[in-house]
Amino acid sequence: MQAVIEAEEKALTVYLSGEIDHHSAVEIRSDIDLAIERYKPERLILDFGEVTFMDSSGIGLVMGRCKIMKLIDGTVEIANASTAIKKVMRLSGLEMIVKI
Amino acid sequence: MKIKNEIKLSFPSKSCNEGFARSAAAAFAALADPSVSDISDIKTAVSEAVTNCIVHAYRNKTGIIEMTARILENGRFYIKIKDSGCGISDVKAAMQPLFTTAPEEERAGLGFAVMESFMDKVTVRSRLGKGTTVIMEKQLHTKDGGNEQP
Ligand SMILES: Nc1ncnc2c1ncn2[C@@H]1O[C@H](COP(=O)(O)OP(=O)(O)O)[C@@H](O)[C@H]1O
Ligand SMILES: [Mg+2]
Repeated sequence: MQAVIEAEEKALTVYLSGEIDHHSAVEIRSDIDLAIERYKPERLILDFGEVTFMDSSGIGLVMGRCKIMKLIDGTVEIANASTAIKKVMRLSGLEMIVKI
Repeated sequence: MKIKNEIKLSFPSKSCNEGFARSAAAAFAALADPSVSDISDIKTAVSEAVTNCIVHAYRNKTGIIEMTARILENGRFYIKIKDSGCGISDVKAAMQPLFTTAPEEERAGLGFAVMESFMDKVTVRSRLGKGTTVIMEKQLHTKDGGNEQP
């Protein structure tokens, strides 16, 4: 699991890769939160393009970031999620609160 | 139903084993030549069940997780994930979507919902203080209908 973080203007893009589960979520969460704190972005874009696996721990991860972004009046977007990942996201009703 | 193939694994409840357990289950299921989406569904469901043992059953301690996977006749996949942890007081309530006893850890409360939607059948047996057993089954969409001996 790896997170490459890119900040430009008011958008923070996080390029996630590898497998997202309970084991890897801890580290990725703290990486993202540090970047949010530093850049205070208006938009947080989570790019799932290189993510090969995700279970419901990934949902917890996205929901948690939504809460934090809401505190600073920002939004969360999800980009490039595979069909398998979208299948997990759809179960959670995540598409009601974030753009997928 | 007749068992065509079976594996048994037992491993400690360390979070690094979540990836190992789901990969092992997926590799075993792959022997029956199922579809890519069957494999992906099994991987996700197993990840949920094993994570629950690590996060909930053996909270603040390490215990043993036992996993038994079978390929049954007619291309049916069976998996049992068993812990000897804290147990669940109300299984029906625990299985409700969004129910979680660990919201502060960003658990989404969707583990059982994933298992139920990705597998055909999910059975949960639990006793407080004794442990929990999750049994899941799925009909594989094999190219040969699962009738040929591997
Ligand atoms: N193996 C287990 N041992 C003890 N409690 C469990 C186990 N599996 C699930 N639970 C309980 O059921 C609840 C719901 O599980 P789940 O749907 O996977 O959501 P989550 O793991 O996100 O909390 C958990 O919060 C926990 O209280
Ligand atoms: Mg869970």
